Amino acid sequence: MKIGVVVFPGSNCDHDCQYIFQDVLGQKVEMVWHKETLRPGLDAILLPGGFSYGDYLRTGAIARFSPVMTAVKAFANKGGLVMGICNGFQILLEAGLLPGVMLRNTSLNFICKDVFVKVENAATRFTNHCESGQVLKIPIAHADGNYYTDPVTLGGIKANAQVVFRYCTAEGKVTPEANPNGSLDNIAGIMNAEGNVLGMMPHPERCAETVLGNEAGRLIFLSMLETLHKPQLTVV
Amino acid sequence: MNASVITKAVLEQHKLSEEEYKKILEILGREPNWTELGMFSAMWSEHCSYKSSRIHLKKLPTTGPRVVQGPGENAGVVDIGDGLCAVFKMESHNHPSFIEPYQGAATGVGGILRDIFTMGARPIALLNSLRFGGLDNANTRHLLKGVVSGIAGYGNCMGVPTVGGEIVFNDIYALNPLVNVFCLGIAKRDKIFLGKAAGVGNPVIYFGSKTGRDGIHGATMASDSFDEEAAQKRPTVQVGDPFTEKLLLEACLELMSGDCLVGIQDMGAAGLTSSACEMASREGTGVELDLAQVPRREPGMTPYEVMLSESQERMLMVATAGREDEVIKICRKWDLDVAVIGRVTDTGKVVLTENGQVVAEVPAKALADEGPRYDRPSAPPAYQDMLQALNYDALPDVKDANAALLALLDSPTIASKRWVYEQYDHMVRTNTMVRPGSDAAVLRVKGTNKALALSVDCNARYCLLNPYEGAKIAIAECARNLACSGAEPIGVTDCLNFGNPQRPEVMWQFLLAIEGLKDACEAMNVPIVSGNVSFYNETNDLSIYPTPMIGMVGLIEPADRAVTQWFKQNGDAIILLGNTREDLGGTEYLKVLHHREQGSPPLLNLDTEKAVQACTIHLIREGLVQSAHDCSDGGLAVALAECCISGSGERLGAMVQLSLDGLRRDALLFGESQSRILLSVKPHQEERVLSLAKEAAVPAAKIGTVGGNRLVVQVAGDQRIAGCTVDQELTALHEQWARAIPRALGQD
Repeated sequence: MKIGVVVFPGSNCDHDCQYIFQDVLGQKVEMVWHKETLRPGLDAILLPGGFSYGDYLRTGAIARFSPVMTAVKAFANKGGLVMGICNGFQILLEAGLLPGVMLRNTSLNFICKDVFVKVENAATRFTNHCESGQVLKIPIAHADGNYYTDPVTLGGIKANAQVVFRYCTAEGKVTPEANPNGSLDNIAGIMNAEGNVLGMMPHPERCAETVLGNEAGRLIFLSMLETLHKPQLTVV
Repeated sequence: MNASVITKAVLEQHKLSEEEYKKILEILGREPNWTELGMFSAMWSEHCSYKSSRIHLKKLPTTGPRVVQGPGENAGVVDIGDGLCAVFKMESHNHPSFIEPYQGAATGVGGILRDIFTMGARPIALLNSLRFGGLDNANTRHLLKGVVSGIAGYGNCMGVPTVGGEIVFNDIYALNPLVNVFCLGIAKRDKIFLGKAAGVGNPVIYFGSKTGRDGIHGATMASDSFDEEAAQKRPTVQVGDPFTEKLLLEACLELMSGDCLVGIQDMGAAGLTSSACEMASREGTGVELDLAQVPRREPGMTPYEVMLSESQERMLMVATAGREDEVIKICRKWDLDVAVIGRVTDTGKVVLTENGQVVAEVPAKALADEGPRYDRPSAPPAYQDMLQALNYDALPDVKDANAALLALLDSPTIASKRWVYEQYDHMVRTNTMVRPGSDAAVLRVKGTNKALALSVDCNARYCLLNPYEGAKIAIAECARNLACSGAEPIGVTDCLNFGNPQRPEVMWQFLLAIEGLKDACEAMNVPIVSGNVSFYNETNDLSIYPTPMIGMVGLIEPADRAVTQWFKQNGDAIILLGNTREDLGGTEYLKVLHHREQGSPPLLNLDTEKAVQACTIHLIREGLVQSAHDCSDGGLAVALAECCISGSGERLGAMVQLSLDGLRRDALLFGESQSRILLSVKPHQEERVLSLAKEAAVPAAKIGTVGGNRLVVQVAGDQRIAGCTVDQELTALHEQWARAIPRALGQD
């Protein structure tokens, strides 16, 4: 498998994503510079976390205009797997590949800590290694993770099972106290209607190795690889 | 410029003495022009020239088998094996942070990061040591919030994790907070870059941000005391742009991966002036620069302004002649300004031209290395005897140990710093094995089976009471923090924060602290490879406590042996290494409960310290230790409470029995005797651990057992007074400790 990791100016989790796929999971990784386009032969695209364009103007608002995004959209529209983590999620929202927007955390502070998320939909191309309702401990690190959208869109993504992860307690209860940033309906991650584009605020690449004391994030990457090994699940 | 412009008042503005001005006249053989005067002023400032400290810093031990680069470069370099080096340094940004906390702290982070990646290292960790006044002061709360968000704003955006640090609150810092930032990077042993202008004819290339009018005379401002007018100095504070710095970092590392780079230095304090003359001076060459080529933010800037601007995120490099296009291409890829602004010469001079006219011509060495050196007079302060005299007989012993423990856990200096470190990305780059909140941060080194442990430390109250002992303890405690994670110390960086060196009592503190650092480093066999001196930390004639901050790096191998400070399992035996004596002088207990900062600091025996640390590291490497925690601020009772409540998982209580052995109860529970480490070990390994400690001649005793949801500390032989037993539910202890800072900030 060959995973493309897009490098925007200000991306800072690009090396972490590369490390997980290449060094930990033994896949090929191609770093894609944002001023270039996607070369053929990529099986999935990852938009990493960071501060693309310094988060100036609004998170992800400038990165959506990077030349590479035209190709990323085309890749997604053909059914290719695209995953955005943290700033990558914010870029996917700004680019219109996922519905909704990100607001500032209700605390107004950057927050870095472990949170718990509940797998709301385990039948996706990104979560097929998880159990439905499984609770994953995954760290967050962001100042703008307060997901928001209008009631109609929210109703639509819920009805369509596009809400993939929600913030919860260690026991799996979705409560306001378990919500670190004020996001609507405790949403931590969503996918598009077609199920091939996922955005999530927590960082699975930070918890996919024994040496770091937590391997929960590995389930998500293994799910993606499983999907890619069974081509009938993707329609590239 | 007419030379008669240089009057006494002008010299005063430039913080140059008449003596120093005479020396400039001698060097040049003529009167300097305005630009040259500005360059001398900046380079001969205390901040850049170390004129009051240089002769004393020479006493510090700076060599060792691992040392690749000692002090004098942008950062120190220590070999960690596998062809890799740890590159690290600590620096202060105290003055700017007081004037403008967000930008002051942010640009402090930016500056230390540049020092590290300039050497060819990728920065992988930041730590910080902060000192503020009491949180009951509204301005202090403003400063704390500003500094923390400034550090977060810059470090988070750069993608370099802030993995640890320490904060002390004391009124003495109310008008002079300290912001010391430490950075560590990893470089290949054979790819270390130095700041040298080598190869006559090679191009001198400027890249990064454009030069603006900000930060002019920042170095001079940082070499002066403060008064009510401090706020007017705001224009001397620079404004940081972490996004550009991130581009600069990646561009530098890309440039360094090739072979076209000869030397490189960042433009920090004294901007283009310092980078140009230091690079030439180190190599014994000269440089000729055409100022018209310097990328500028606005038109009309004078040579004086261009040379003294401290605009951030700028670099100066010397490349191999003929390879200019490669350099320019990489800089443009990262959307950075870049320009060839001059050439290396063999004249030994920094020659500046603008539109064909020479606007300044100064010997590089004279600016960089031949500044004034002072052996300033020193004398103990008149109040020193009074500070050290403490009549313990007049001090009532503790009557309610529970209340005293809760009061200590509520002291912001001891309380949980979670409010702070949750605002820092402490996990990016996925190396953080031990996060903030344990004795030391631990990071794995990718591609090896090693980990590095990092700690910063200094108890300035000890240093006030006895600068020699205090400085020794700073080294010992920092190393002890590393030992508690299983790491052997391999290198030190220091950041020496003191008052006005023209006061004999400040110089006295400084000289004794240097002696203490020297003796402790020699005994512990760990070299000081980089550092920084920050003088003039005084406002309205009040100096801060002498604060020689220490940053230390330790090596753990194999990486998975690293341990943390909190208890792990019910039933584990709690073992105390080291002896408890009547060490109440200078303790947090005396300050919080008796409002006194007096007495003699705890006695430190360096041989005992070494033995205790070596024993701890050995036990950890043998896999015999579940948790290890240093006893420091707040003594044994606070250390035990921290073992119970500081972990992120399930909290485990403890049942502990101590014996008084003729000590005061408060000294037993809250005294800060040095060289003590609390271990927890599996029950079946208790005998083995005790016998290994005995073999190593380290005092060791089982004092209790892990378990339950309370911390109970009973003092044998003292049952007649019920009040000296600690017996608290962990939830109560945790609540007190975890919420103290948010409470003080009104955010609870």
